Amino acid sequence: MKRAGIPTEEFIYSGHTACPGCGAMLVARYLLKVLGKNTIMNIPACCFAAIPGTFPDTCLGIPLLYNAFETTAATASGVEAALKIKGKKEKITVVGFAGDGGTADIGIQALSGAIERNHQIIYVCYDNEAYMNTGMQTSSLTPMGASTTTNPVGKKGGWRIRPKKNMMEIVAAHNIPYAATVNPSYPMDFIKKIEKAKSIKGTSYIHAYSVCPTGWRYQPELGLEIGRLATETGIFPLYEFENGAYTINYKKKTKEVLEYYKLQGRFRHLSDDFIKEVQTLIDKEWEKLLYKEECSHR
Amino acid sequence: MVKMIITGNVAAAWGARLSRAEVIAAYPITPQTIIVEKLAQFVSDGDLKAEYLHMESEHSAMAACIAASQTGARAFTATSSQGLVLMHELLHWASGARTPIVMANVNRALAPPWNVWVEHTDMMSQRDTGWIQFYAESNQEVLDTIIICYKLCEDKDIQLPAMIGLDAFYLSHTSEIVDIPDQDLVDKFLPQYDPAYPLDIENPTSVGSLSMPHQWYPEFRYKIHEAMQRVLPKLNQIEEDFYKEFGRKYTGPLELYDTEDAEVVLIVSGAAAGTVKETVDMLRKKGVKAGVIRLRMFRPFPSEELAKALSKVSFVGVIDRSFSFGHEGAIFSELKASLYGLKKYLPIKNFIVGIGGRDITTNTINRIYDNCFSCLKNNKIDTPVEWIDIKV
Repeated sequence: MKRAGIPTEEFIYSGHTACPGCGAMLVARYLLKVLGKNTIMNIPACCFAAIPGTFPDTCLGIPLLYNAFETTAATASGVEAALKIKGKKEKITVVGFAGDGGTADIGIQALSGAIERNHQIIYVCYDNEAYMNTGMQTSSLTPMGASTTTNPVGKKGGWRIRPKKNMMEIVAAHNIPYAATVNPSYPMDFIKKIEKAKSIKGTSYIHAYSVCPTGWRYQPELGLEIGRLATETGIFPLYEFENGAYTINYKKKTKEVLEYYKLQGRFRHLSDDFIKEVQTLIDKEWEKLLYKEECSHR
Repeated sequence: MVKMIITGNVAAAWGARLSRAEVIAAYPITPQTIIVEKLAQFVSDGDLKAEYLHMESEHSAMAACIAASQTGARAFTATSSQGLVLMHELLHWASGARTPIVMANVNRALAPPWNVWVEHTDMMSQRDTGWIQFYAESNQEVLDTIIICYKLCEDKDIQLPAMIGLDAFYLSHTSEIVDIPDQDLVDKFLPQYDPAYPLDIENPTSVGSLSMPHQWYPEFRYKIHEAMQRVLPKLNQIEEDFYKEFGRKYTGPLELYDTEDAEVVLIVSGAAAGTVKETVDMLRKKGVKAGVIRLRMFRPFPSEELAKALSKVSFVGVIDRSFSFGHEGAIFSELKASLYGLKKYLPIKNFIVGIGGRDITTNTINRIYDNCFSCLKNNKIDTPVEWIDIKV
């Protein structure tokens, strides 16, 4: 059953240990609402490894398989292959659910292999932009300008200078059947994309924006607003890559990067000039994305 | 049953085929490649109904095997040397997850310098991963041990993974006559895998989640220890059944050769055992009381069986085709520990031989026996740990 377009059934029950305002929790909740009961989920070391409960408890209504940090996609591959040989593949959705470090850093090789083999799996990266479970260390998806515990602000600078890796482009370069960005601040778009991923033959990659009040240093109640700003500034554009074509799902890029940056403690040390540099980069990336979409639909 | 002249690698592939492995996660490495090539051919020809995954590393290959096993499929992989040590993290994971994966490992030296020839350091350094470890002497044994291992590992009392070592080139690339058992006999001996706790959407559980010190972590570990303790009696029973079905006798963790009245016994594992046996035959003709124990298993380590087999022996030489830097050969260490506390003192000397595939000949073994007898005669061990045939 759906209410306002959102399935009413819940697969995450009470008793979890996520921080108040956790973005990953929202991502998992919407994801499982769409995927439903016939789903096997596997997760590596990440925030979500600590959230569902300790053995033998679980707050999830689906089988949950824990795997080693760098093996999410390889593990999902193994589950899928076993279901295939056992004749259960058509009935069950296999989803790998990993953080940004587990996806873009230590797990990228396994992810590349799984996409190349085109397993019938959905790989979800919930991107909270640092190693948050271990206490906010920099990952390759930590954004430009952020301070983390391994990019601490000191007398000589020290915060992160490099922009974040573009995972969507990396998976697109594999000619993946389907990839999409989702943001829990846009639930209808989110649900539509998971439904599509479920219907796709072959591998789907979902890059999920995942706010983190603890690591980004803002009041938890601001999570959804920050999420909307991420998309309205073009920092986290909503788009899809399907059959080699790009489609942007939200084109109102109306806000300045500064508005997004000033709400979060992790950017507090930045000068206006630095934020202008970020703005220039974001504008350039947005132009590139528009061009890619235009080329796709010529 | 048919007889074929095949290499150890092909025998390993046949072992997996006859065991009806359902998921094969493969990554190639010299000198293992023929195992995964042959299996790919079996699958392509429709002779083996399996999901064959072209993994992007050994690490991922083991991860996929673990996941497939946890989902309820019989999983197989093969590797060697660098590939095995790359898997190390997941070898721990496989036993912790209680997955009855069977793996062939072509024993090969570790780099640098690059070396693709036989040595046992790759498997010896997996000692504490919770895997059952076999070292084969012949291609027939490679094939048979894979079938035996699935039966052993999938037993509800065991539920642990096993690796079967076959020496690079001496077995992997050397052809021997091998009996290929009939598929229906193997099916009778080894029924389909019946997992105890497969992932099940009708009964959702969380598998491998956090367990804190006051919760169940130590108990999970203790259960692995208990299962390991059940391996040798269980193996004994399985090998008896195997003998009845296939007519080939295996004798658990040890193979005793002329040990009954032996004064000096050498302990050896892997294909070099053949050379040692041949040397013993030559020495026996001269009236020299030499014997050999082939160590088939390194984990679980057969401490009691060794102590018993050595009870009447006067001197023991341990051949290690590996070395634990800063100490001594691994089998030597384990054997000494096993004999600790026995009333009778038994002198033991360690010989580090055949490192990086350097040939072990009857001449080498003859010199080792000579040395042992001379130590025995002089009542003095000249060098407790001696590297043989070293040019520096």
